[in-house]
Amino acid sequence: MTRIELTVNGEKRSDEVEPRLLLVHYLREVLGLRAANVGCDTTSCGACTVLLDGESVKSCTVLAVQAAGHEVLTAEGLAPEGELHPVQAAFRQNHGLQCGFCTPGMVMAAVGLLRENPHPTEAEVREGLEGNLCRCTGYHNIVRSVLGAAEAEAQVTA
Amino acid sequence: MIPAPFDYAPAESAAHALELLAEHGDDAKLLAGGHSLLPMMKLRLATPAVLIDIGRLDELAGISAEGDELVIGATTRHADLAASELVRAQAPLLAHAAAQVGDPQIRHRGTIGGSLAHADPAADLPMALVALGGSVELQGPGGTRLVSADDFFQGFFETAMEPDELLTAVRVPRRPGVPWGYQKFVRRSNDWAIVGVAALDGRVALANMGPRPLRATAVEEALAAGASPADAARHAADGTSPAEDMHADRDYRMHLARVLTRRALEHQT
Amino acid sequence: MSILGTRVLRTEDPKFLTTGGVYTEDVVDERLAGACHVFFVRSPVAHARITGIDVSAALAAPGVVAAFTGADLADLPVIPPSMSGLMNAEMKQTLLATDKVRYVGEPVAVVVVEDPYQGEDAIELVEVDYDPLPAVLGFEPDDSSLLFEAAGTNLAGRWGDPAALEADLFDGCEVVVKQTIINQRVAPAPMETRAAAAVWGEDGRLTAWVPNQGAQGTRDDLLERLGLEAGTVRVITPDVGGAFGAKFGADPEHVIVAWVARHLGRPARWTETRYENLIAMTHGRAQQHTITIGGSKDGDVQAYRLEIIQDAGAYPKIGAILPFLTMLMTTGPYKIDKAESVAAVVVTNTTPIGAYRGAGRPEATAAIERAIDLFAVEAGVDPAEVRRKNLLPEFTEPHQTKFGALYDTGNYVAALEKALDAAGYQELRTEQAKRRASGDVRQLGIGLASYVEITGMGDGPASPPTENATVEVHPDGTATILTGTSPHGQGHATAWAMLASDKLGIPVEKITLKWGDTDLIPEGGGTGGSRSLQQGGAAVQQAAEELIEVARERAAAELEANPADLIFDASRSAFAVAGDPEAAVPLTRLAEDERLVVRTVFSAPGATFPFGTHVAVAEVDTETGKATLTRVITVDDAGIVLNPLLCEGQRHGGIAQGAAQAFLEEVLYDADGNPLTTSFADYPFLSATEVPSFELANMETPTTYNPLGVKGIGEAGTIGATPAVQNAIIDAVSHLGVRHIDMPATSRRVWQALQAATTSASENA
Repeated sequence: MTRIELTVNGEKRSDEVEPRLLLVHYLREVLGLRAANVGCDTTSCGACTVLLDGESVKSCTVLAVQAAGHEVLTAEGLAPEGELHPVQAAFRQNHGLQCGFCTPGMVMAAVGLLRENPHPTEAEVREGLEGNLCRCTGYHNIVRSVLGAAEAEAQVTA
Repeated sequence: MIPAPFDYAPAESAAHALELLAEHGDDAKLLAGGHSLLPMMKLRLATPAVLIDIGRLDELAGISAEGDELVIGATTRHADLAASELVRAQAPLLAHAAAQVGDPQIRHRGTIGGSLAHADPAADLPMALVALGGSVELQGPGGTRLVSADDFFQGFFETAMEPDELLTAVRVPRRPGVPWGYQKFVRRSNDWAIVGVAALDGRVALANMGPRPLRATAVEEALAAGASPADAARHAADGTSPAEDMHADRDYRMHLARVLTRRALEHQT
Repeated sequence: MSILGTRVLRTEDPKFLTTGGVYTEDVVDERLAGACHVFFVRSPVAHARITGIDVSAALAAPGVVAAFTGADLADLPVIPPSMSGLMNAEMKQTLLATDKVRYVGEPVAVVVVEDPYQGEDAIELVEVDYDPLPAVLGFEPDDSSLLFEAAGTNLAGRWGDPAALEADLFDGCEVVVKQTIINQRVAPAPMETRAAAAVWGEDGRLTAWVPNQGAQGTRDDLLERLGLEAGTVRVITPDVGGAFGAKFGADPEHVIVAWVARHLGRPARWTETRYENLIAMTHGRAQQHTITIGGSKDGDVQAYRLEIIQDAGAYPKIGAILPFLTMLMTTGPYKIDKAESVAAVVVTNTTPIGAYRGAGRPEATAAIERAIDLFAVEAGVDPAEVRRKNLLPEFTEPHQTKFGALYDTGNYVAALEKALDAAGYQELRTEQAKRRASGDVRQLGIGLASYVEITGMGDGPASPPTENATVEVHPDGTATILTGTSPHGQGHATAWAMLASDKLGIPVEKITLKWGDTDLIPEGGGTGGSRSLQQGGAAVQQAAEELIEVARERAAAELEANPADLIFDASRSAFAVAGDPEAAVPLTRLAEDERLVVRTVFSAPGATFPFGTHVAVAEVDTETGKATLTRVITVDDAGIVLNPLLCEGQRHGGIAQGAAQAFLEEVLYDADGNPLTTSFADYPFLSATEVPSFELANMETPTTYNPLGVKGIGEAGTIGATPAVQNAIIDAVSHLGVRHIDMPATSRRVWQALQAATTSASENA
């Protein structure tokens, strides 16, 4: 067992973990943060996406021990309870989710994308989400949601 | 989905990593970004007893210019390589290749050292390094050595690295303003290349046309003899014996190699 | 103004966007405290006798609680084939394989562990001895290696009689084309894999959490598979991360989890890995079609024959009976004087086939739409013109087809024209001609598909489609709806609330929908076959209307008025005396003394038939064969639209899955029956970069079969998109001599077709 210390959604954590514990399972089983989901075995689907030091990563392919000393942000931590982050609000506005299984990962990937590219074209949104799979929406409204969030942020900062 | 159990040994320095490698031998694997190794471990295709974590070592990070070369630390992530103004100016083919690897999340974790050491013949960075004529720095108990890209990739997921060596840096020639071409033929945008071609200044490298990234030597000879890109590209598959899989049989791969080589040579940026 | 027909945002969303849905693996419940975790040992070979299973090493591994094999389950009933009256009754399945395995991935043994991380370690230690047998694959009837010795054949059953096909069906046709085409095996691959959690109470009842498409069906399967008496099983449906037809009922794994929980006397849980999901969740499609189409040189289609071979996989399940639906829809939206179809169902050493979005109807549409295009090319008539000429004319009275389908309402030509217009069809043909003339490397293809499909079909003519709903108004101003449907992304919580809100005047946000708990809702048809709105939604509206009538009596007493003199004003959610708005009583007041609740059953006269036309535009790189889908324009007419936001979402998702089958996705096996597409790295699950944004044109031709005027939209997008995209890719290279490319039209297939056409052209020169 290894002791790790890290910050998750702004809160400091200290836990003993098996070296092989995947970050996604640390978040889900140790911390009870179950928004991130496991959808595949091959780092393909992105349902587990969280932000690590502000950058999107697939938490199924990060060991909890690798996250020690770093900051993790999950969908639960994007906005205070009862509120929606602009990206979350845009997904709701544009019906960018149906069954919801891919959604927290998709939202975190979108947040990461917009941090690096605040004004993406549609093509850049689709490429930016190439690591996130969705079976329900056909991606159409997900793209609308991300473009909508980008426009909303642009208006806020304008 | 879950790796077999292992012990975790964070390295405090490159030297410490070498000590740990020497201590554990074949039982150990190096962990940087983990995006070549961990997927294998999750499928239990790799079951090291010890993971030596070099991901936090500053001495293995960083990109700098040294004379007529860029020196790129082994733990440089693909996203940083793709975004680096220095690399985009001095070795744009490499920055472009890094931007093609996987997807954004993978590029935030995967490292150049990890990708090269993994030596997937279908991957972007091994092919790019061969096209660039770069080299890798390997540190071992006996000291440091430099291995050229042509010599580094030796077979299917096999490199010239000894089990007790650490890949510490990658060197590529600075070629600002030299036209280059890059073609990656995929089924879906974040797949590995079915066939890939990278071309720069008379060097042409192929991905997934053999067990390791190959130089399209017949193409290079034709170009050197003054052939047009279209004529030279006809030789792209000469001497190759590409694998067959669900994406392509031999004939189709060889055809793609020819088409993509012509496009890489013609669409120099 | 009515809320119906407006873009109401989903009330479900805030939860899904923040803390996330609570899927079966997420469920935290005190009843599941101390649960053990179930892992399956699965066959690595496609066809073999089992000669020995040794679990001793596994039992000695850390954290292993128990291990079981088929022998331990011997007293449980055997699973008969679906519709065993029509399918060979010997093609039975045991929960765990006993003497034989019949597909890679078939469950052979179970290991139970304390912590899920120990499970994969433990199953590696189970040793199973296999004596391999030759694997049977593909569509050709092959009895050389029998899957079920007692059956004496690998033919599971037939629909129709091949001997009754008319030899002279195509006599008199100036143009006849025959082609064998494949509607390939695909993986439903919902983002949430299968899972279960089970616990037995002190009262001897089983409570099972299972992601499903109808808790009542899952409960009934568990009762039957475990040999239990009615009333002993409660199924609770957590949030479900997609299903697409593959989460009906209870699979052997679900049953085994429940059995383990009883046997060990402690709760048990299971979550499938993606590897298991891709090889052991039922697959979809897998039909081979021999299509023959004939008609006149000016584009009149006079005869059509469809010969189907259904690969059912190793055990006849829902997939084995889907050809019945394919045949039902043989001629689709066309008037074709002479048409016939037959089907044979074979078992093979592959994963069993189940339902997958469209379930039998996409196959029919794909076959006839390919046939129409083949005919059009042969006759030299524009494919849009062939469709225009042969589509059934508009009808408002039900139209009976000779295949036994009673189409309710349809206006197929209008849908075609609307789609062509929205696509700018003539401009597309002009651009295509330009590129053909210049020999552009990137050629343009335009693909059409006109379709009609059957939704909300019920259990057959003897039992028409029904659904129940319970609506209750509470004194605090909220309301609760109980539904027999089972949403898994479709948005029923919002849509059913809209229907109740419209009638009752209670705001959508104050209405809660409950579903999927068989103790709360013992009857229900679930969600599948695009039935939910037209039956479940209609039931909700009906229940709300009936509730108002119950409330009317109470209001009359309250206001000391004649019930006939009262008007219910939904905008105020109150009864008032006609002509005296001040003399009013709010609906909620009428719930204070006695519960105000109504349960009703809505009964539809029959299935409804949505229809449409899809236009797909594809660019093909003729040097590499790679096709890029650049536009998809659709008309999907499923009657009145209740919530355009939700309806569009269903169309988008359906179009994407349909397109994915046309040019990307396929489950592959090697010659020994080993699956090759066992992860999302190998199985080319569609991502955002492979499809464009879709262009939806709207048309609403109401049905008369329910007061909402709605048909089912859930599967229509898939049905139209697949052949439209396939036809587009072929159309892009048809001028180079390519007549047909099987799905998925991968770059390799396109390139090979171009090579073959070039070779044949030079041979014929």
